Amino acid sequence: MSRRSPMNALAALLVFAFLYAPLAVVIVYSFNAARHGVGWQGFTVDWYLRLIDNDPAIAATINTIELACTSTFFSVLLGSVLAYGMSRYEFPFKRLFQHVLHVPVFIPDIVMAVALLLFFSVLRKWLAGFELGMTTMTLAHITFQIPFIAIVVRARMADCDPQLEEAAADLGAGPWMTFRHITLPLMVPGIVAGGLLAFTLSLDDFVVSFFTSGPGSTTLPILIYSSVKRGLTPDINALASLIVLVSVLSVVTVAWLRGRTEVKS
Amino acid sequence: MSETTVQKSARRRRIRRTVHFGEPMPPGAQTFRAAWLCGPALTWVTVFLLVPLVFVVALSFAERGDSGEIVWRFTWENYSRLLGNGALGFDSVQRLILARSVGVGLATAAICLLAGLPVAFFIAGLPRRWKSAALTLVVIPFWTNLLIRTYAWQLLLDPQGWLTEMLATAGLLRAGESLYPGWPAVMLAMVCDYLPFMVLPLYASVEKLDWSLTEAAADLGASPLRVFWHAVLPQIRPGMIAGMVLVALPATGQFVIPDLLGGAKIALLGNAVQQQFGASRDWPFGSAIAVVALLVMIFGLWLHTRVTDGRREVSLP
Repeated sequence: MSRRSPMNALAALLVFAFLYAPLAVVIVYSFNAARHGVGWQGFTVDWYLRLIDNDPAIAATINTIELACTSTFFSVLLGSVLAYGMSRYEFPFKRLFQHVLHVPVFIPDIVMAVALLLFFSVLRKWLAGFELGMTTMTLAHITFQIPFIAIVVRARMADCDPQLEEAAADLGAGPWMTFRHITLPLMVPGIVAGGLLAFTLSLDDFVVSFFTSGPGSTTLPILIYSSVKRGLTPDINALASLIVLVSVLSVVTVAWLRGRTEVKS
Repeated sequence: MSETTVQKSARRRRIRRTVHFGEPMPPGAQTFRAAWLCGPALTWVTVFLLVPLVFVVALSFAERGDSGEIVWRFTWENYSRLLGNGALGFDSVQRLILARSVGVGLATAAICLLAGLPVAFFIAGLPRRWKSAALTLVVIPFWTNLLIRTYAWQLLLDPQGWLTEMLATAGLLRAGESLYPGWPAVMLAMVCDYLPFMVLPLYASVEKLDWSLTEAAADLGASPLRVFWHAVLPQIRPGMIAGMVLVALPATGQFVIPDLLGGAKIALLGNAVQQQFGASRDWPFGSAIAVVALLVMIFGLWLHTRVTDGRREVSLP
């Protein structure tokens, strides 16, 4: 048992290849000229160009971005304030509330999805004009985003030196000035990282969206699911590759932000 | 000092640490402020998750009307159906689904552990500046769409695809046999999708490993296998358990992977719930299955807290 064995490195590289095989195959096939099947018939960017005229795909993209932006905006507000309160103050039943916050993280997607479907259909009986659609999806997404943001922001705040705030207070800064010039700037990298992760979660969510969506609120994951169910077409690979690209960019940004703040502190 | 006094004094110390402009803050004022700050988000999660879950539990004791509507009359029938009392006598389908789901969760966790160990040791052995890059590489697939990573296996394992042909030429697959749709496709996708959950906690444990113990064991003549078993394994056990739980729990409730890759035959708890809330329109029975899925999750978390002495930390990739 040694620290670095070539056999182990080889095994690790094979696992990395396995991890990236699905992403690679989707991207490769998005450039395949073949209309049907998995045979390679030459390179083309046709499927990407055709997306421009694909109205359902464009409508789904707009829905997805609108949903992700709205839900991330509200969940960032709620989640960061929650993280601040949780890390600064002690209060009764704090541990219980922490467990409550773990529920959306660990609950099977499908259970959360049917619970919300049931809840919204009961609400629909009481409230006239309340229909499944973008509103219900936004409410659902905020619910599973809040804990993720709170966890990321709290982790960031735990890394900060509390003496910085005390020093500001000693130098005569009032509560608002301390918060504005010391606490908030220290929280910002956590809020940005948490917000990006929440955005990605919303972008990727299929199960909860599928059960809380209504007519006209199809998102990209729902569109991909129904296309895959009907039989794969090459333009779906192009669409999927673009989504993968966006996710990769946001994860790399988060990693970069984290690395930068680590170097600083 | 008894344990409770230790805890009390620890709590008191924690409270005293909250100094607000030179003055310690009294607990009442802290609660008041926390209520304003934490109240909205906690209320949100309560209204949009805990209350709906209470609805699900309540519905699991209700009846289904003839045309699929909900009849709010108390009954144990949904749970008795889960135990195998079908309309036409004994029916083991539901028990089979539960056993299959738990089995899939555990098998996925075990395979992920075997695949994750080399990766964790590999990253821990990298030079410092490469480590975070390697960890980001592990995390990227996790943050890309699960649906996309899942349907990709349809392309990879296509019966006419190069992988199937290669395996057939190598004599590993008989003619007409394919990996998709079926169990091989489901398990490959499960392991691939949940591997990051295993690697991260494993890596955290491996990183803290005290290598002098392994060197001592090797110096004293232990074979590599014995060194691993006696000097390495006990040290990385917390990471292994955390990884197993983080993989097994979501894998047990998976719905998309068996749906897209399993063909019609492989139904897990998630698929059973979807079936009842969708095509079968039997929401009360679907709720009972959802409650079982929820109980499996709670049991898994409880087991984890027991094994790790309550030092459970939610770490995010």
